[in-house]
Amino acid sequence: MPPSFGKGMTRSTSSILAVPFALVLAVFFVLPLLLVVVVSFWDYTEYSLIPDLILMNYAELLHGCFDWDQGLCTTFATYLSTFKYVFLTWCFTLVIGFGVALYLVFCVRSLKMQIVLFLVCTIPFWTSNVIRMISWIPLLGRNGIVNTALMSMGVIDQPIEWLLYSGFSVTLGFVHLYTLFMVVPIFNSMAKIDKSLIEAAKDSGASAWQIITNIIIPLSRSGIMIGSIFVITIVVGDFITIGVLGGQQIASVGKIIYVEMSYLQFPAAAANAVVLVSITLLMVAAMMRIVNVRKEL
Amino acid sequence: MSEKTQEKTSGLSRRSFMKGAGTLAAASMFGGVAPYVMSSEKKVLRYLGTAVNQDTKIGEKAKEDLGITIEYIPVTTDEVTKRILTQPNSFDLVDTEYFSLKKLVPSGNLIGMNANKIKEFDNIVTAFTKGEVAGKKIGDQGTAPKKVFYLEGERSKKFASSPTEWVTLVPTVYNADTLGIRPDLIGRPINSWAELLNPEFKGKASILNIPSIGIMDAAMVVEAMGEYKYPDKGNMTKKEIDLTMKVMTEAKKAGQFRAFWSDFNESVNLMASGEVVIQSMWSPAITAVRTKGIPCVYQPLKEGYRAWAAGFALPSTIKGQKADMAYEFINWFLSGWAGAYLNRQGYYSAVLPTAKANMEAYEWDYWMLGKPAAKDIMSPNGQKLASAGEIRDGGSYEDRMGGVACWNAVMDENRYMVRKWNEFIAS
Repeated sequence: MPPSFGKGMTRSTSSILAVPFALVLAVFFVLPLLLVVVVSFWDYTEYSLIPDLILMNYAELLHGCFDWDQGLCTTFATYLSTFKYVFLTWCFTLVIGFGVALYLVFCVRSLKMQIVLFLVCTIPFWTSNVIRMISWIPLLGRNGIVNTALMSMGVIDQPIEWLLYSGFSVTLGFVHLYTLFMVVPIFNSMAKIDKSLIEAAKDSGASAWQIITNIIIPLSRSGIMIGSIFVITIVVGDFITIGVLGGQQIASVGKIIYVEMSYLQFPAAAANAVVLVSITLLMVAAMMRIVNVRKEL
Repeated sequence: MSEKTQEKTSGLSRRSFMKGAGTLAAASMFGGVAPYVMSSEKKVLRYLGTAVNQDTKIGEKAKEDLGITIEYIPVTTDEVTKRILTQPNSFDLVDTEYFSLKKLVPSGNLIGMNANKIKEFDNIVTAFTKGEVAGKKIGDQGTAPKKVFYLEGERSKKFASSPTEWVTLVPTVYNADTLGIRPDLIGRPINSWAELLNPEFKGKASILNIPSIGIMDAAMVVEAMGEYKYPDKGNMTKKEIDLTMKVMTEAKKAGQFRAFWSDFNESVNLMASGEVVIQSMWSPAITAVRTKGIPCVYQPLKEGYRAWAAGFALPSTIKGQKADMAYEFINWFLSGWAGAYLNRQGYYSAVLPTAKANMEAYEWDYWMLGKPAAKDIMSPNGQKLASAGEIRDGGSYEDRMGGVACWNAVMDENRYMVRKWNEFIAS
């Protein structure tokens, strides 16, 4: 469906309506981003920024990255670790989010119940993101609830160490925090699927699995894509969850930028940010190519 | 205030009545302060510093004694530096550490402090001015205060090698830091920094993730292990940084560390929950663990302490009246009440005689002289810190400050160091 203009709405009025938002984006997004790009070519000392046009920040960023005998350089190792969590989080949130949305749309019959259950999903959002993260610590710790319970039941003799401050706890935290970002858009696009399509498929003898793979997934792919973009872009830049649940022992690009900023190495941080933004944009562009979200909304 | 008077003239509506009642209630809560506020212009000092040093009680007492409202701007150690360099107009008084001065002074954003205006200047402890405690030289590796104590002039961007009347910071508080341990979970004596990397504590050790302080702890460990003897831990060469980080990285890869911390509260939680049994720690964090009833010792180690020191400075944009007010507050700070308060927290005050006059004899004996407590020792907030008969960890002032091996530092190779630290975290 092409984007619909209201009756009597001309192209020029719609452009005028877009102006305020375009201005906001230009001032608060495009301009700062350009500044970041400019600063990434500057030089710096402990206490000052020196306008310049040097590639040193990028050179330091990529230092040792093409020297394969030395093992992975910091930058590559950090991105690899970041992408590992992006991938794991994406897989889990997608499966769980899809499942929840599927249940809400196709298994819950009454609209009222759908709304109630949907609101139930949002309850965790009534507390702050950081608190939800920190709450895992007493649960998963060495003397935490999970370990104590397992030990008193006699399942284990020694506390399980990898429950907290590990890749496990980081992934768990991400999935817990961001699954809803997957549920909402998928729910939204599933709700638009014409129920008679499902009926027709059933009448023609399609199995439940065939209905999901041949009808529901293709028709809700715009929701899946939007949810994926949310989750991936959030996790790529995260450093708080990784810091809190990874015990600050796991590298993330966000953390490196943060450390550089706190030591006033703004140009180095800017160079890192430029690389991070470029990679994220590339990923989003690639995803947009797979599904034309605009066409399917 | 002006809003209130305006509404009064327009007759007593329900809303303005409620508002008036609220103001009245607030005024009666603050008692004697309210008339003062009305009688003259409000005196406010915006005080930039780390949360650890910005105690509510000190602010309240200053208000009571001087009528100056202290507006705390609490940020992290690194953020203080950043604020001074990027927003020098956003505060009237800053409390920062000596090691940051190497970055701050060349920027010209701070002004030299006039020693003649500081009443207790001659009573400032010799640990600052001469690098001595009880007449004996103490360790001066790193950014020892005596190296950056004086400026060549009020607006100079250079440190003076001999005493002048212009000082960089008016010292307030300092301490000797060491490792914190859980004696109940370790069950044997600990006496060396090398124990931090002892495989016995695999998965139960921690170090702080603030590069410029963490590297010093790491250097103490490397030296204690006998791996290398640094000519100056506080100013490493690139090679020395590589070596230090190599030792730490190997330990990290072997699973030595449970977690790293960068916020004081994180270190308290790690220790109190038993996730960690040995780690870098700050004095008030030990106090916080103990007030939960959990045993925790600020363990003296044979290689000595890593010291730090902080002081007050003014932004170079400060003018007349504000500057006078700042000096008034600083003089009050050194006049004893605040000093006694800091001493009771386990820190040390820069001017000891005035602090002593504000402490009970048994408190002084416990905190400063290392004698067994004659009575239970209470924190400034009234929580019990030690029972009668106990001795302070590390003993007396002379034993602790006399045992300083190095100071927190900014190195010439700081930029390289931060990069290597990021590598260590990523490894």
